[in-house]
Amino acid sequence: MSGAAQYSDERAREIIAAHMGLEGPAMPILHALQKEFGYVPDAAVKEMAEALNISRAEMHGVVTFYHDFHRAPHGRHTLKICRAESCQSMGAERQARAFLDKLKLDWGGTTPDGALSVEAVYCLGLCAHSPSALYDGEPIGRVDAEMLDEIAAEARD
Amino acid sequence: MVKLYIPLDMAAVAMGADRLAAAVAQEAAARGETIEIVRNGSRGMLWLEPLIEVETPAGRVGYGPAKVKDVASLFDAGFLTGGAHLLNIGIVDEHPWMKKQNRVTFVRCGVIDPLSVAEYEAHDGFKGLKRAFEIGPVAVVEEVTKSGLRGRGGAGFPTGIKWKTVADCPPGQKYVVVNADEGDSGTFADRMIMEGDPLSLIEGMLICGYAVGASKGYIYLRSEYPIVAKVFQAAIETALEAGWLGKNIKGSGFDFDVELRIGAGAYVCGEETSLLESLEGKRGIVRAKPPLPAHVGLFGKPTVINNVLSMATIPMIMEKGAKHYADLGVGRSRGTMPLQIAGNVKYGGLFETDFGIPLGVVVNEIGGGTRSGRPVRAVQVGGPLGAYVPVSLFDLPIDYEAFAAKDSLIGHGGLVVFDDTVDMAWMARFGMEFCAIESCGKCTPCRLGSTRGVETIDKIRSGMDVDANIELLKDLCHTMKFGSLCALGGFAPYPVESALRHFPEDFRKPALEAAE
Ligand SMILES: Cc1cc2nc3c(=O)[nH]c(=O)nc-3n(C[C@H](O)[C@H](O)[C@H](O)COP(=O)(O)O)c2cc1C
Ligand code: SF4
Ligand code: FES
Repeated sequence: MSGAAQYSDERAREIIAAHMGLEGPAMPILHALQKEFGYVPDAAVKEMAEALNISRAEMHGVVTFYHDFHRAPHGRHTLKICRAESCQSMGAERQARAFLDKLKLDWGGTTPDGALSVEAVYCLGLCAHSPSALYDGEPIGRVDAEMLDEIAAEARD
Repeated sequence: MVKLYIPLDMAAVAMGADRLAAAVAQEAAARGETIEIVRNGSRGMLWLEPLIEVETPAGRVGYGPAKVKDVASLFDAGFLTGGAHLLNIGIVDEHPWMKKQNRVTFVRCGVIDPLSVAEYEAHDGFKGLKRAFEIGPVAVVEEVTKSGLRGRGGAGFPTGIKWKTVADCPPGQKYVVVNADEGDSGTFADRMIMEGDPLSLIEGMLICGYAVGASKGYIYLRSEYPIVAKVFQAAIETALEAGWLGKNIKGSGFDFDVELRIGAGAYVCGEETSLLESLEGKRGIVRAKPPLPAHVGLFGKPTVINNVLSMATIPMIMEKGAKHYADLGVGRSRGTMPLQIAGNVKYGGLFETDFGIPLGVVVNEIGGGTRSGRPVRAVQVGGPLGAYVPVSLFDLPIDYEAFAAKDSLIGHGGLVVFDDTVDMAWMARFGMEFCAIESCGKCTPCRLGSTRGVETIDKIRSGMDVDANIELLKDLCHTMKFGSLCALGGFAPYPVESALRHFPEDFRKPALEAAE
């Protein structure tokens, strides 16, 4: 995602502290860290483990369990393409495969210029308009090859 | 001033509703027309989105699906007074798709401004809660039990029994948790209610909290629904401002707070115990039951966990009474089911109807058959863990027991239609792959069985020892079904076995796929 801030322990500690009043604060903290830095840096995981008083291994286990959290910087833009059943019924799988091949990427990959990451997603709740996608948080229904190409071009601008 | 409605529903936005609303506002300003645009939820006729509705003396006239390029011609045609236009669908309430429904849970969805407490109240909102306050917690639980409401999240467990278990726990910290993970393909009803009528969910939670003695509610929402997060958070704040949340709600002496939490893309976190683990900040690993969450739930406290639809239906049950609701439906499937019609279908959308309607009627008459125009071949009902139902079973009524008798499920009420180009062996493979990707890893049959399943189907698809491998696959399914701790591993065999049972020919044509 564009506009990610440079990591600093100090900023991470601030973000963590801001959520410590919640019951079970780990997920909100992880979302906030990823929003700020674009990913969840190992150093932030260490800070979280200390703040939550659990082992680093345990904290690491939480981060890696969830598909959404990245442990390394991601593309400036993210395209999530749905490959669940409803979208497949409208040819999503073949269309996505062709798009990925064109970009020489596999699911979860990022273009070499760091512009675009393409992720698989399993249902966006847009199944009456399959196939569908989510580009930087913006939902798109009835996606076709042309629209995917436009997104790839726009991401690189 | 003319009042217009343009949905903020994520599906409508995915089809351009935001751009459309901006274009309408701009065009109106240019023409010197004063209009008010309300961003409502969707009426459920998703194939017509974005649908503009114009308030006229005769009723709300609909225009859809409307694109930015249609805006000028809509104004030219006098749509602000309901003028004729190619996109004019007439009075929305009179539309056949609307008329055939029985809207109970969705009665306000798409009708009102989702963020207006005043409109919510004007449409019978908070009447259920007021009645709950009058009759007291014990009577509320009884009423919910008598309504026959079964959990709409998939398992169909009686909601009243769940509430009673929590209510009977000794007083102290208790929680109400709403499962808004809605991970199943082909489902979007939870999303639609949270975008279109969020206050009904809040009211349901309030009634639940009052009935069981809880003062705190959490909603666990999947991260794939960014618009819901915004709308629902705004709804919480609106309700707080109006005094429908917080301390001493409307002088009742009852305190209740609601907090929205966002998941992180793990399907298994829809499973209730995994969801609780995630809320607590842990890996979403399924807990063994017992103890039930009703006894030992969130942070070890008694907890009611209900699906969004179950909870959002409660206000209406409380308002109109248990009998009113129980009188709808068939057999032990009482009330209505918001069906979600999706996939390769002409008229996709949300259709709420009494239980008992035949599957084929929903697919062919309501859904209008396939979008591709080719023959329907299969319908997956109940999400990725649901069975593929062939056309030969289209007489099957939407009814928990009738579906179970055919080794199928209703689940959350999602229907995904496939035409005759579908490769059922591929879909079976995908079912196994999905289970492998999403397994929480706690038990072997699910974690390893699903990976073995993918490998075995690959062998079958490439024509290797087909008979022996089909036997192996069936055996594997059996092991997963009976050896898995939760329904992810336990139900993953449903799509696979149903594909094998109803579409055996697809498992015996290797040459085709090898070329792909
Ligand atoms: C793998 C798995 C995923 C599930 N996903 C959901 C879900 O997304 N939403 C939901 O309400 N229930 C889901 N359930 C069912 C819940 O475990 C639980 O039965 C339900 O939330 C209870 O609410 P109800 O009684 O109102 O249906 C899932 C179950 C399993 C095994
Ligand atoms: S069946 Fe799968 S998801 Fe469920 S507990 Fe076992 S490993 Fe976890
Ligand atoms: S299956 Fe793709 S949006 Fe639901």
